[in-house]
Amino acid sequence: MFETSPVQQPVQPPRQSLAGRAYLVRAGVSLGALILLVGVIAMAAAKGETHIPLGTVLQTIANHLWQAGYDVDPIDAGIIWNYRISRAMVAAACGASLALSGAVLQALLRNSLADPYLLGISAGASTGAVSVAILGFGAGMVSLSLGAFVGALVAFGFVALLAIPAGRGAGAIILAGVAGSQLFNALTSFIVTKAATADEARGVMFWLLGNLSGVRWPDVYLALPVAVIGLLGCLWYSRALDAFTFGVESAASLGVPVRRVYVVLIAIAASMTAVMVSIVGAIGFVGLVIPHAARFFVGTRHGFLLPASALIGAVFLVAADIVSRIILDGQVLPIGVITALIGAPAFAIILCHGRVLR
Amino acid sequence: MSLELRNVGWNAGFKKIISDVSLRVTRGEFLGVIGPNGSGKTSMMSVLGGIRAPSTGQALLGDQPMKKIGRRNLARHIGFVEQQADTIDRITVRDAVALGRTPYLSLLTPWSGHDDAIVCEALASVEMGPFADRMWHTLSGGEKQRVHIARALTQQPDFLLLDEPTNHLDIHHQLGLLELVRALPVTVVAALHDLNHAAMFCDRIAMMDGGKLIALGTPEQILTSQNLRDVFGVAADIEIDDQGRCHIRYHAGSQKTGPIKKDRVA
Repeated sequence: MFETSPVQQPVQPPRQSLAGRAYLVRAGVSLGALILLVGVIAMAAAKGETHIPLGTVLQTIANHLWQAGYDVDPIDAGIIWNYRISRAMVAAACGASLALSGAVLQALLRNSLADPYLLGISAGASTGAVSVAILGFGAGMVSLSLGAFVGALVAFGFVALLAIPAGRGAGAIILAGVAGSQLFNALTSFIVTKAATADEARGVMFWLLGNLSGVRWPDVYLALPVAVIGLLGCLWYSRALDAFTFGVESAASLGVPVRRVYVVLIAIAASMTAVMVSIVGAIGFVGLVIPHAARFFVGTRHGFLLPASALIGAVFLVAADIVSRIILDGQVLPIGVITALIGAPAFAIILCHGRVLR
Repeated sequence: MSLELRNVGWNAGFKKIISDVSLRVTRGEFLGVIGPNGSGKTSMMSVLGGIRAPSTGQALLGDQPMKKIGRRNLARHIGFVEQQADTIDRITVRDAVALGRTPYLSLLTPWSGHDDAIVCEALASVEMGPFADRMWHTLSGGEKQRVHIARALTQQPDFLLLDEPTNHLDIHHQLGLLELVRALPVTVVAALHDLNHAAMFCDRIAMMDGGKLIALGTPEQILTSQNLRDVFGVAADIEIDDQGRCHIRYHAGSQKTGPIKKDRVA
């Protein structure tokens, strides 16, 4: 039997102050991932149909950033700066945003399978974007993004409404998400089949699988701020996300304003996904797999997990884009094909090792 | 500092779950909450803990309505341990306990050595010190429950609320946990299923039935044959030992003698 008087036992103090250890881990992982990100973006600028030496890439970047005045072939410089760097920047922003959305949704819904793709947000954003692009409610980037954004919110609202009478549980919301995704994908197909010309349909189908061709600097000016603001917004709530470890009630008992956190963070996740889908189409598996990979490296505390997810997601998508451009000679694969080809086996490995779901 | 419910009702949608509950928790006591399944114990506990706002009436902490105090401040005064809170995250015991410091942390007051010390102290007080660096999913049910209590203690609460803390534990761990909680220097409110445990550990007992608080008093006042038959639908004799403690002896086949209570869904 246990002693009734409070027994003082020696508790080993942490090997190092928790704050100090955490800081070192974060600094190390962030620095490593940042260097990796810069490296992979430089690679993305060098690789492609015409191979350009890395030195030329660095000179071009230096010319643009601080008028270094290196002598670079203007055609090479144009390819690097106007096509490849902008494309890599958008890929990075997109990977970071999708991975962040996944990490946040997994924490809030207490479900390792939550990601914007599974919850119908991506499907809804596609439907919205396609209605704008084909049915033509105004033209231009902002209205396409707006269409995707509205579509994403409508789809998520639909999923949430379906999940509430189904029991609010994490399982219910995933099933509702599957139903929502199917519905909105069907709507997208319906709109495409009914209203689009054959050329439009082909373009849309390519775009739905994720397409970074045709991405230019104006897209960067939209995607990058959204990713950065999204990251800061999520980081602001990182302690609140930690408090959800043992569920909603436990978060509430730890002083977290549960409803506000839900609304703000789901709005951030839906907005980020909507903007990214409107620029590059629906790219699967990033939001699902990357947060699990990040957890493997830095653990579950969101102060580290969120930046790590964002950085790893960015690196992953830029790398996937490089592969999609060079794997077939003279042809570009939709990037969603690459992410799924890598993501599905990676997810299977994670599942089987039981590192995540136990 | 006091914790009080005044004529509190709470509805789930249009359905009344509890109504007209008035209760004042006295400082330093161990208050047990008993009642059949679906009698509203859990709902009452979560209103008392400030997790749910009452639909009618008032929940007060220190004579101030909880609504005005705010979640974060409430969490510095009230620690709450739910039934069976679990996680699939791979976290250490120390990290799980550290979550209890959430209401004290912000961007301006980040984690410090002081918080580390409070976590160590809480772990020691539930005798889980040697487990600090173990992974959560390797713990047994009783160990998990102790870690939850340690987490609530790092909130440095005046009141510790426990919702059926001994569920799914074997008898050895049930008694060990309740003895440990009783020895803690905080006011405790615990929903308990086992009436003999309520008799052994509680200073006062609140008895609920059908969403109402129907009786409040010492174990000897509450745990009577009459009450057990009326509320729980069981036949039992109550023996009082020479230290004035009640012991309940149930009779087999007692379901037939009393009015059969329907098992309502909580």
